[in-house]
Amino acid sequence: MSTDGWELVIGLEVHVELDTRTKLFSASPNRFGDEPNTNIDPVTLGLPGALPVLNRHAVELAMRIGLALNCDIRPSSFHRKNYFYPDMPKAYQISQYDEPLNVDGWLALPDGTRIGIERAHLEEDTGKSTHVGGSGGRLHGSDYSLIDFNRAGVPLVEIVSRPDLRTSEQSRQYVTELRGILLAVGASDAKMEQGSMRVDANVSVRRPGDPLGTRCEIKNLNSVRSVGRAIEYEAARQITMVEAGDTVRQETRHWDEGDGTTHTLRTKEDADDYRYFLEPDLVLLAPEDEWIDRLRSELPALPAERRAALSEVTGKATDSEAVIVVTERGQDSYVLAVGEAGGDPARALIHVKEAFAAFGDEPAVPAQDLAALTRMESAGALTPTQAKAVLAEMVAHSGGDPEKIAADKGFEAMDTLALETLVDHVIKDNQASWETYCAGQDKAIGALIGAAMKASRGQADGKAVTAVLRTRRSTA
Amino acid sequence: MSEPVAADPLSADVIAKVAKLARLELTAQEADRFARQLGDMLSHFADIDALVLDDVRPMSQPYALRNVLRDDTVDPGLDRDEVLAAAPATEDHRFRVPPIRGVAP
Amino acid sequence: MSGPASDIAMGVRDGSRSAVTVLEDYLARIDAREPRIHAFNVVLADEARHRAADIDALVANGADPGPLAGVPVALKDNMCTRGVPTTCSSKILEGWRPPYDATVVRRLSEAGAVVVGKTNLDEFAMGSSTENSAFGPTRNPHDPTRVPGGSSGGSAAAVAAGFVAVSLGSDTGGSIRQPAALCGVVGVKPSYGAVSRYGLVAFASSLDQIGPFANTVADAALVLQVIAGHDPADSTSIPQPAADLSDVLTEGVEGVRVGRIVDLPSGADPDVDERLEAALETLQTAGAKIVDVEVPAFTYGLTAYYLIAPAEASSNLARYDGVRYGLRVDATETNAMYAATRAEGFGDEVKRRIMLGTYALSAGYYDAYYGKALKVRRLIADDFERAYQHADVLLTPTSPTVAFPIGERTDNPFAMYLCDTYTIPTNLAGHPAVSVPFGTGAGRLPVGVQVLAPMLAEPMMFRVAAELERAVTS
Ligand SMILES: [Mg+2]
Ligand SMILES: [Zn+2]
Repeated sequence: MSTDGWELVIGLEVHVELDTRTKLFSASPNRFGDEPNTNIDPVTLGLPGALPVLNRHAVELAMRIGLALNCDIRPSSFHRKNYFYPDMPKAYQISQYDEPLNVDGWLALPDGTRIGIERAHLEEDTGKSTHVGGSGGRLHGSDYSLIDFNRAGVPLVEIVSRPDLRTSEQSRQYVTELRGILLAVGASDAKMEQGSMRVDANVSVRRPGDPLGTRCEIKNLNSVRSVGRAIEYEAARQITMVEAGDTVRQETRHWDEGDGTTHTLRTKEDADDYRYFLEPDLVLLAPEDEWIDRLRSELPALPAERRAALSEVTGKATDSEAVIVVTERGQDSYVLAVGEAGGDPARALIHVKEAFAAFGDEPAVPAQDLAALTRMESAGALTPTQAKAVLAEMVAHSGGDPEKIAADKGFEAMDTLALETLVDHVIKDNQASWETYCAGQDKAIGALIGAAMKASRGQADGKAVTAVLRTRRSTA
Repeated sequence: MSEPVAADPLSADVIAKVAKLARLELTAQEADRFARQLGDMLSHFADIDALVLDDVRPMSQPYALRNVLRDDTVDPGLDRDEVLAAAPATEDHRFRVPPIRGVAP
Repeated sequence: MSGPASDIAMGVRDGSRSAVTVLEDYLARIDAREPRIHAFNVVLADEARHRAADIDALVANGADPGPLAGVPVALKDNMCTRGVPTTCSSKILEGWRPPYDATVVRRLSEAGAVVVGKTNLDEFAMGSSTENSAFGPTRNPHDPTRVPGGSSGGSAAAVAAGFVAVSLGSDTGGSIRQPAALCGVVGVKPSYGAVSRYGLVAFASSLDQIGPFANTVADAALVLQVIAGHDPADSTSIPQPAADLSDVLTEGVEGVRVGRIVDLPSGADPDVDERLEAALETLQTAGAKIVDVEVPAFTYGLTAYYLIAPAEASSNLARYDGVRYGLRVDATETNAMYAATRAEGFGDEVKRRIMLGTYALSAGYYDAYYGKALKVRRLIADDFERAYQHADVLLTPTSPTVAFPIGERTDNPFAMYLCDTYTIPTNLAGHPAVSVPFGTGAGRLPVGVQVLAPMLAEPMMFRVAAELERAVTS
């Protein structure tokens, strides 16, 4: 199946659970993984007489998201979205409807492409249903369901992109970039596998220049990879249909990770009538300018800015794999710190993954120590192979003095005099190559370097050897 | 208050649709009675039809407050056993419901 | 009778009266007449006796139990009471015991009040006669063949029958004032946001307010000051302390501008109109200035209300789904379970309003009904604002009629809705209003006069109410 001659039009709706202590409208804990129905209170359970009161921190996190996505923060309100479902305790979800908090922003992909953000609004999460019996944990055909309300009322921000994405790869980049932004501003732990970041994709296809095709909404995308796969599958499905003369129905579809297909969940005809109306138990949310300005000034550096900084000190392109990955892992500040400690950031970029080892969030090696290691490398005191060995030792001992480790390992630093003596021996023993090299055949230097490395048993630095050979030729 | 103009009952379709939305099982007699009574009420409510309301701002609440917020601090919630004891059906510390047909929005 | 609540509290606080003795007086009257009146869904005699004994013990130990020390109170059975059944007079909540107290219940208790019971109401506060109760109607103590009004009929009847000194009701479209008028007691609907709604089972959230019933204006003021004031658990609670009403009751009405609404919807019985005229004369004699004002949109209140209140109610009552608490009627799948549970659990009037409200909000009808009603609501508030440029308070009848016979209006929902013609517009505007007994009408049944005031103008409202009361009692 080819998408040649077709254009994909993709918009993403991303729900993120905010990293608050309590729920959006009550003091019940917002904690993942607790015993069922332990994080409950009258508001969470929708008990008669319970009333919602808005969580200030949730609002601030939502505003941080809005600011990071270049949105306008507007006076906003809450509506009730009325529908019956066992995991929705009040039979309505409190959500922002026609007056969302954040509107009209954009997110730049690593290559600079701007994807429009229509809105990023606050709403409450639902509880969780477990389906028992039937075909094993599935909704369809189950015998009954069990409801846990711990998640009910957890604050969510729903981030709705404009249909500006054109490929599955862009969509993956968008989700990855958004995740990086959410982590950077501390709004969410954004764990797709735990459901604290959930992606729905609206996909349609058209011939370039044609009006928009009918879109389908794809749910249950639990990883960046499945975002890409599902979009590709769905686009192909729609293209096949249109090419066969069928019409695409507007519907909600479910992505099945196992068999790699989407199937119908709900058609437009059985869409509910949500009877939205202004939530009378809450009042207007209209952040004052001073509040917005304070949050703006407190905003940390976002991934794009951090990639630019990393690119600047390392000389690698902003959308190079190394810069993207290291920034994504949050290890960029470490690389910068190595530079500030007098080390070589470009070499640090090579070592950074190793330096964090299995320790995850924190580097295993202090930046000063890695800086010292990169200085030894730059000075030609260590070969790359030796540097790796020294670093492994530093990781194992949470740091250390690389010169001492190198000495202990017998990685004798070849001083300039020793190296020059070695090179002179090599010249003498390889006269033919030396003369060819002096005659202007640069390639001949390879044989000379190889001989020098061999003679030093790997302790000579290739670059240093090259430098000595060049000096000898220019003064010959 | 205007005198009721000849009141048309709501159609059976509309009553059925509304009852479904409201999750109310109505007997045939109830559906019929509500169709008549709601039709009668709506005919009384036609007294506002003549009002010119184009430039009038809707009023949802009587008193305009804004930015009523609480601090993000945890309060001990309810006792799970007490809550579950009041539920019609539970299992495994969860609320038990009959099989769910149809997916959440 | 045991005298006003203020006297009871004073006596109990200074040790000259025993809360237990006071309570026994009231319980004796309950024993004698409650079977006939049916004001209560539950009488908490044992709990009340314990509580009264505790109050006496506090006083004996030199402590002050608070401004309502030893005062027997009743709560409308739509206010959450921890561990005590709260039914809203509905089968759907029968037997449910809330795991928490409403803010007003906590405040009453902190003020030393003794809760004697939970009172009957029209199911979920929907009605004007207390006949729409799953547990049978309440009867008017002045004539048990007649209704007490509603929906807070149990609370009004409990005070009128001397079962308690004061009580709380809730008023969404007149549900405190109309039964107060029909039972011959004082009933106050405070400014929206003055009293916390936390723990009040919602009917229509943008209209509901809790307020007191009392035998005297002073007692109503005393209770209001205890229950009013900012509550952080209710986002619509106005961030101000309760108004100080202690001094205004004796200020008189010299120079006060009292408005007569010249375009008030007609329909009040002549005996009721006659009492309103008498009230206006009384105030004029006492030095008030009577001014004619227009509130043209007043007449549209009923329509706006019967679209807005059912719409909000349809959403507020959606939580009764048989999942977490209350009644469940089992079925083979959840939607059928919901529909069967709600069919069995809700009474006729509740179903009717859920249907009406769902319809008014549904796709294709929202703009014509709910959306339009919100605009009419604004017109009403604006018209009041203009009227209050010329008047400090407005005077109207509370109810178009005196108490009517039980069963008279149950077959005609719209006729029942007309009971609230004069009370509804203040709920829509959010303003305070009070019904004060002002003599009797046909059949020597009580008639109430309603004093309306602008937002948060409770002090002025109580000044005028106190003057009317002086005229009747002197
Ligand atoms: Mg959505
Ligand atoms: Zn959402």
